[in-house]
Amino acid sequence: MTIPLTTTGTAGSTGTGQAAPTGRRRRRNPVTPYLLLLPAVVALLAGLGYPVYWQVVTSLQKFGLAQQFGQPPEWVGLANYARIFSSEDLWAVVVRSIAFCLVNAFVTVAIGVAFALLMRAVHPVVKVVVQVALLLAWAMPMVAAVIVFRWLFDARTGVVNYLLTRLGFDGMQGYAWFSQPLTFFVVASLVIVWMSVPFVALSAFAGLTQVSDEVLEAARIDGASPVQILWHILLPLIRPVLSIVLLLQIIWDLRVFAQIRLLQDYGAPVGSTNLLGNFIYELGIGRQDFAGAAAVSIFVLALTVLLSWPYVRSLMKEEAAS
Amino acid sequence: MSTATLQSRAPLAPKRQLTAAGVRRRIGRVLLDLLGILAALVWLFPVYWMVLSAFTPNARLRTTTPQFFPVHATLSNFSGVLEGTSFLSSLRMSLMITGLTVVLVLVFAFLAALAISRFRFRGRTSFVLAILFIQMLPAEGLFIAQYRMMSQLGLLNSVIGISVLYTAAVIPFTVWMLRGFVAGVPAELEEAGMVDGLSRVGAFLRITLPLLAPGLVASGVYAFLQAWNEFTVALVILQSESSYTLPIWLRSFLAASINQGVNWGQVMAASTLLAVPVIVFFLFVQGRMTSGLVSGAVKG
Repeated sequence: MTIPLTTTGTAGSTGTGQAAPTGRRRRRNPVTPYLLLLPAVVALLAGLGYPVYWQVVTSLQKFGLAQQFGQPPEWVGLANYARIFSSEDLWAVVVRSIAFCLVNAFVTVAIGVAFALLMRAVHPVVKVVVQVALLLAWAMPMVAAVIVFRWLFDARTGVVNYLLTRLGFDGMQGYAWFSQPLTFFVVASLVIVWMSVPFVALSAFAGLTQVSDEVLEAARIDGASPVQILWHILLPLIRPVLSIVLLLQIIWDLRVFAQIRLLQDYGAPVGSTNLLGNFIYELGIGRQDFAGAAAVSIFVLALTVLLSWPYVRSLMKEEAAS
Repeated sequence: MSTATLQSRAPLAPKRQLTAAGVRRRIGRVLLDLLGILAALVWLFPVYWMVLSAFTPNARLRTTTPQFFPVHATLSNFSGVLEGTSFLSSLRMSLMITGLTVVLVLVFAFLAALAISRFRFRGRTSFVLAILFIQMLPAEGLFIAQYRMMSQLGLLNSVIGISVLYTAAVIPFTVWMLRGFVAGVPAELEEAGMVDGLSRVGAFLRITLPLLAPGLVASGVYAFLQAWNEFTVALVILQSESSYTLPIWLRSFLAASINQGVNWGQVMAASTLLAVPVIVFFLFVQGRMTSGLVSGAVKG
């Protein structure tokens, strides 16, 4: 759930191939495992289970001002969904979120793979330099990263406008990046891509190190050009890694909220820069329309579960094999 | 053409080709090295710029011509942040929430990991499936409900309330991570200790626990990073200024001054203070997180 795992978090097991749990444990009291699970399950139910339940119930009720003051809620079936999903506002946000998510996910994966191929080709010292740069970018707390980019793109004293002006783009002097939706999303995408590329690059690189040198040598002897080797050998061999990484990026970029929220503080047109998370925030916290916010939240959760399915299945396969 | 010339030319031609290719390849390598260094510098630049600005007097940051190297380094931005703002009270809040989350997560996740890796029981697979899905759920799809729940319980702005939410958010991944570590310590080791005269508890404390230490450290660091960096839930739950964690404080510190000329030196000094512990801790656990993800995919 909750914490945007965008950069630091990835789901995955640690060591692999450990011994399977020993069968002889089966003799022991069958109550023990349930007792061991109890604290974690209680925490999950309190922190996540109840909120999900509340959201399902609230999305089916009328939750207006009267209910805020203690009136019993009124069941309205799917009326909240009908109300929210027939509004053009929501569809504009959905389309914008999906476009933003897909563009960022594909750009991130493309740059990440380019980094991985580069790390394979360069001198070992350069490789370490690249890895250190990637790790530092990955480690940056999200809020600090967004605020640093806000400073880099400051209209008057920002270094980006200075460099662009020096390069001959005179129009960029004092350019206000955050007041236009398009340039707003350019900066937001730059932050997200900058933060997300390290994970993709290092994962793809780990995949590339599995490709044996003999295979490549054989291809070279057979006269394959570097481009052919890339398209017909390297990329197909790391395709499993790439598809999982791309899927995770799509899931993570669909939930982008904080970066947008932070950048909106500087005079951005809120209505035309909101993504799904921001829309929910505005609806729920801003306008106190809890029923509508709950309905959109359920939509986001359902979409996430749907998208996560292939990823979870691949992890379960690994779990069954270990 | 006679066979003689053919024979004499045959060994020559490939050789000349090889050297030409060799030269081309070497030039290509140098260009790739340069490209690699350039890419690294581009990726490093935001971090460098943050630290550089943090050590630059604010008056110099206000000019329209930036300086790219530290020539007038000063600590005044740091002392300004530590003395002139509520940074320290937010730091205390961040430390309390992070500390409580780490402790709760370690205990709860460790017990759950023991259960799923040392026992086969009804519902085990469902539990594993559930935590894998739960860890994918976005905060953005839950925070309205969490806000309502905490406000009804009177736990907005409290350390306990948000720590419970963080604990629930971090448990799934840490259970998944610790599961591998626990499974890596064979139960036979513990039994051997008991044969040699240790009690069950003694065998666990003296044999299993030390072997699990790296896994517990990695999980603890992971929980620390998540709670320390978290923004979305904190924005919703911690609304009074006295309960801000550092990320929320940093945002309001910048937003408050945006219309009257930002003190970028102090903002960057504060960002640096926020980032340094994270960067240090992150380098501990990073290897584990990447290798964990790809190991399954590489094996296909």
